[in-house]
Amino acid sequence: MAARAIWKGVIRLGDAAVPVKLYSAVEDRSVHFRLLHRDDLVPLRQAMVNPQTDEIVPYDKVRRGYVTDTGDIVVLDKNDLASLEPRESRDIRIERFLPQSAIDHRWYDRPYWLGPDGSAGAYFALSAALRKSGKEGLAHWVMRKKEYLGALRLQGDHPVLITLRHAEEVVVASSLKAPGGRGLDKKELGMARQLMSMLEESFDPAAYRDEYRKRVLELIESKSAGRTVKFRKPARKKPEEDLAAALRESLRKERKVA
Amino acid sequence: MPEAEEEQDVARGRSLWSGLISFGLVSVPVDLFPANRARSVSLRMIDEDGTPLSRRYFCPQEEEPVDWDEIVRGYETEKDKHVVVTDDELNALEPEKSREIDLRRFVELAEIDPMYFERAYFLAPASDSNKAYRLLAETMERAGRAGIATFVMRGKEYLVALIAEKGILRAETLRFHDELRSAATVGLPGIGKPDPKQARAMEQAIRDLTAKEFDRDELSDDYAQRLRALVEKKVEAGEGVVEAPEGAEDEVSGGAEVIDIMEILKQRLQGQGRAPRAGAKRGAEAKAAGLEDRSKEELYARAQELDIPGRSAMTKKQLIHAIRKA
Repeated sequence: MAARAIWKGVIRLGDAAVPVKLYSAVEDRSVHFRLLHRDDLVPLRQAMVNPQTDEIVPYDKVRRGYVTDTGDIVVLDKNDLASLEPRESRDIRIERFLPQSAIDHRWYDRPYWLGPDGSAGAYFALSAALRKSGKEGLAHWVMRKKEYLGALRLQGDHPVLITLRHAEEVVVASSLKAPGGRGLDKKELGMARQLMSMLEESFDPAAYRDEYRKRVLELIESKSAGRTVKFRKPARKKPEEDLAAALRESLRKERKVA
Repeated sequence: MPEAEEEQDVARGRSLWSGLISFGLVSVPVDLFPANRARSVSLRMIDEDGTPLSRRYFCPQEEEPVDWDEIVRGYETEKDKHVVVTDDELNALEPEKSREIDLRRFVELAEIDPMYFERAYFLAPASDSNKAYRLLAETMERAGRAGIATFVMRGKEYLVALIAEKGILRAETLRFHDELRSAATVGLPGIGKPDPKQARAMEQAIRDLTAKEFDRDELSDDYAQRLRALVEKKVEAGEGVVEAPEGAEDEVSGGAEVIDIMEILKQRLQGQGRAPRAGAKRGAEAKAAGLEDRSKEELYARAQELDIPGRSAMTKKQLIHAIRKA
């Protein structure tokens, strides 16, 4: 069954215009609970409350405030907020292309598949041009009054747009100092490398399932059917103190399995 | 709600998860911290007088905020029919080794399709010796391998890729296979033959726009910049500025100064700033000494040990109440 598009836009690349539809590439499968009132199991609503008086403040009386470094609050009225909104547009502007992986996955937020909107000619041309060039585009667009940055790239045969985090939202490892200490033991490094190679495989994402989610749904099902549920306490593990001994023993175990 | 709790813990310099990485029989105790920060300019909800508001739950029937000990978690099985699930029941579903990231598989880093990556966390050594941590990081980095495992954090199971970069371990959560849609499921058409002229024109446009290197300044937050400029203008004009009322900050943010995640990471990676393990003894003492005399910070820590839901939004009074009930 085909998915529904979440938005329509036009990719602007030089003089070219490519009408596209965006489809979420992610499906939310988390188990969503609601908060209920204990006594009557009525779903609770959220409200904004004045913490000093415990009184509910109706939404039309709620304002937005910016908290300054000194703790003062700058009140922003409707006009202020409107003046900050980006100009609405259907354009997805691509003003920069970069070598593949120059924008690495740490910046990635959410992926969207791109499909053609109407005639697919320009869409096919874009896919072909992306493949031929081997480059990725940096995209800017405004969707539902919010500005987005994205990476335009090919995923298999089809183009995707992956929204990106802003520069200040990502802490990069190069700005941190690694834990230091005395030089590592060559023998231990060798054993660790050996153990790692024994555990090497190719990445198979289908091999992993969300078992916890499955158990939560099973619990709900059995409770819903009126069955009782048994508990068990999770066990803890004590860390091994001697690094070299742990490595030797691990290697011995792995060899046995192999 | 989990996001709000997460933010509060980060603001207090607490790790989101503590446990062991297992590599064969080698155990590496670690604390986990986010590698992503929230946008710096999130706005706060206030009333017309500028008083910061809290988000609370209320019963639509009584129009009154509901205390946390009156709230239960329910799953809607059919319209208006809920199955109540308790914290104890959920905790019991966690895998036996819920405090462990067991590295049973190592893959080539480049092999992981980037569409899978969701969020990143830094891991800091959590024991007095960081030797096992450094050994694992060094081995992974030299081999260009990522360790793959699943683990449970805050009521959710995660698939993670452990990656070592510049001697620092990162846990990057991956989407599960069934959380990603393929082009075929979405219903995209096969890519047909393009008009050669049109394709060539686009190739030329790509060439014209290509830069050699990526400059992270291109990921600047334009909205944040406009907002800061507007706020500055209003402050200068003295327009709509409400001075922080005494004590109000304590109610809203929990009385803790907001610490930048970068500062926390810098300390923790060097083995500093680690609080002594909050054990049961401390908790019992706190109870005996009278909860009213405890600071909100201490009460919060206790509430965290007891895993009291919704603790991040509680006032001091509510925390005391919830701890007594627990």
